[in-house]
Amino acid sequence: MSCRDCGLCLGGKRSCADRDDKCERILLMGNPNVGKSVFFSRLTGIHTLSSNYPGTTIGFTEGRIRYDSTCARLIDVPGAYTLDPTNEAEEIAGRILEDGADKVILVVDATALERNLVLVLQVLERGIPAVVALNMADEARHRGILIDIPRLELELGVPVVPTIAVTGQGISDLITKLKEARPSHFEPMSKEKRWQVIGEIIPKVQTVTHRHHTIKDRAEDISAHPLIGGLLGILVLAAGFAAIRFIGEGIISYVTDPIFENLWLPLLEKLSAALKDGYMRDILIGKLINGTIDLEQSLGVLSTGLYVEFGMVLPYIIAFYAWLSFLEDLGYLPRLAVVFDALLHRFGIHGYAIIPTLLGFGCNVPGILATRVLESERERFIAATLISVGVPCVSIQAMLSATLGKFGLIYIAAVYCILLCVWLILGRILQLTLKGYSPELIIEIPPYRVPSMKALSSKLWFRVKEFLLEATPLVLGGILLVNLLERLGVMHKVAQAISPVFEGVLGLPAAAAIPVVMGLFRKDIAMGLLIPLGLTPHQTLIAVVVLAMTFPCIATFVVMWKELGGKRMLMSTSIMLFTAMLAGGALNFLFLAASKF
Amino acid sequence: MKAERQRASMDLLQIDDGRWAKIKKIPEGEAGRRLEALGLRPGKKIKKISGMPFGGPVVLMLDGRHFAISHGIAAQVEVETISEPSELPEKSSAWPNFI
Repeated sequence: MSCRDCGLCLGGKRSCADRDDKCERILLMGNPNVGKSVFFSRLTGIHTLSSNYPGTTIGFTEGRIRYDSTCARLIDVPGAYTLDPTNEAEEIAGRILEDGADKVILVVDATALERNLVLVLQVLERGIPAVVALNMADEARHRGILIDIPRLELELGVPVVPTIAVTGQGISDLITKLKEARPSHFEPMSKEKRWQVIGEIIPKVQTVTHRHHTIKDRAEDISAHPLIGGLLGILVLAAGFAAIRFIGEGIISYVTDPIFENLWLPLLEKLSAALKDGYMRDILIGKLINGTIDLEQSLGVLSTGLYVEFGMVLPYIIAFYAWLSFLEDLGYLPRLAVVFDALLHRFGIHGYAIIPTLLGFGCNVPGILATRVLESERERFIAATLISVGVPCVSIQAMLSATLGKFGLIYIAAVYCILLCVWLILGRILQLTLKGYSPELIIEIPPYRVPSMKALSSKLWFRVKEFLLEATPLVLGGILLVNLLERLGVMHKVAQAISPVFEGVLGLPAAAAIPVVMGLFRKDIAMGLLIPLGLTPHQTLIAVVVLAMTFPCIATFVVMWKELGGKRMLMSTSIMLFTAMLAGGALNFLFLAASKF
Repeated sequence: MKAERQRASMDLLQIDDGRWAKIKKIPEGEAGRRLEALGLRPGKKIKKISGMPFGGPVVLMLDGRHFAISHGIAAQVEVETISEPSELPEKSSAWPNFI
């Protein structure tokens, strides 16, 4: 949500919803995946996430535009097929419209005019002045769909402007026409009557001509093939993980490590020498390992703090979001939902939950936010719980490769296998025990589109920036806190208090309690704390599994609270703690049993 | 025998991949409203692209767009098979004001 540059609230003294200000309130409305967010970015200059799948905008974003020398607030409303809500996004859309609007820009997908007219008519029936942006005009032409614009204007009673939002064509015409926005002649009507009216309009304004099958059509058909489509889905995921590791490690060995070792470390050494022994050095630089600074283990804010965040996690964040953004803009994700629906259906969530789940592999926070695309409370609870327990974010994955990598790939593979098993078993248990109703999959699959490099890179930058803004203060603050608590002796007491659980159940030394507890703040910190303990491979595996299954960070905890509410969040947290202890305890038991025989 | 069965009323699961059909009835309630919101309503001509295995969804095409519907709901969508719609006219300049 971005209203910082509006200023009409007088620094919060007036509510943003105050309707008595001079500023016009303009809504940007339309079906899902018609390009509203692209319009919004073009009109306001505020960057928002846009992708090629329905439901990218889940909250709403507000910005300011200027047209005809009047100022206006523009609101990017989540996509809705209808104002009779069938999901949360449509409910939000309905509420925003209820709050009142001076004008509405109705963004319409020219390639699916008939269906889009439902929402258009519903808005026009309310007598709100509107203009229609007939978007994806180029794609419609490619598909052989011809639309008579003057006729459509006549039928709808409002201005219609053809646009291509991604290239910006028609945007200035749209601004010009905005002052001609006017109420239409439609009166409120029944659903049946509305379909009848649409049925009469369509043949008058649209003609569909023959077109040959294109490569994209074939690719779309193949992606939905029962066998090939399924294999393709698994291949895309497997190739994705391989590519992320490859790119991430490449960035580490050729970019970040050389920078840290050749540029940053010498500076730190100088600082360390200048500070001599003392509090400041302990906090900023940390402990010296064998007389030198160790970026992984020294645990200072400027040494380990910065290195973990920028040297170990950031490269994977960049690699992950490059891959995900590409799949998003290509339009592949909803196809993955089709492939995984049969499996996820057995967990009480439908295939579309694969999108929040995939997002969760980057960072659990956007993953849990994205569960809003699911229709029922029950589904959202299951999906959010499964993400926070069984889906390791990039920080967790960086942590597990940093701590377990030296013992061999088998240990890393073991963690992924355990997480997958937990995800499968927990999903099944939740489906069998939770009461309530889970709606089934009914989705539109967008056509494949070739992603533009420019859109991809700005999206990547947007996400990396969001990550850094959110994670950096937590990591640096967390390391500062660890140092302070350790100095005060609090750490020691905490470790002693929970050591019976750690020693008895998990077979871990009391000292391992500190990384696990601090891991609740941020997993990247836990990694820095875990490495110096000198645990055996088995102990490290247990600690990492417990860490991976608990909250990735405090931000995830907060977002779960906001999204699920206090009661459900507590329930989800209990499930998580119980499952993590159970998995860690079972591993410890297995290792003990194995060593006896 | 097969041809006869194809003519009778059936659901989306029963028709073969690649066949065209006309929607006769959609379920009532929530699922029906969501289908309708996507434009999948009685009278519409669709092509079944595929049915995914293990109780997976049915993928179908309406007006050149793909949609996926879960197994359970596909079983409640009544259709009748039709022959492939005839070829559309080639693009002509007779249509005046198109975009």
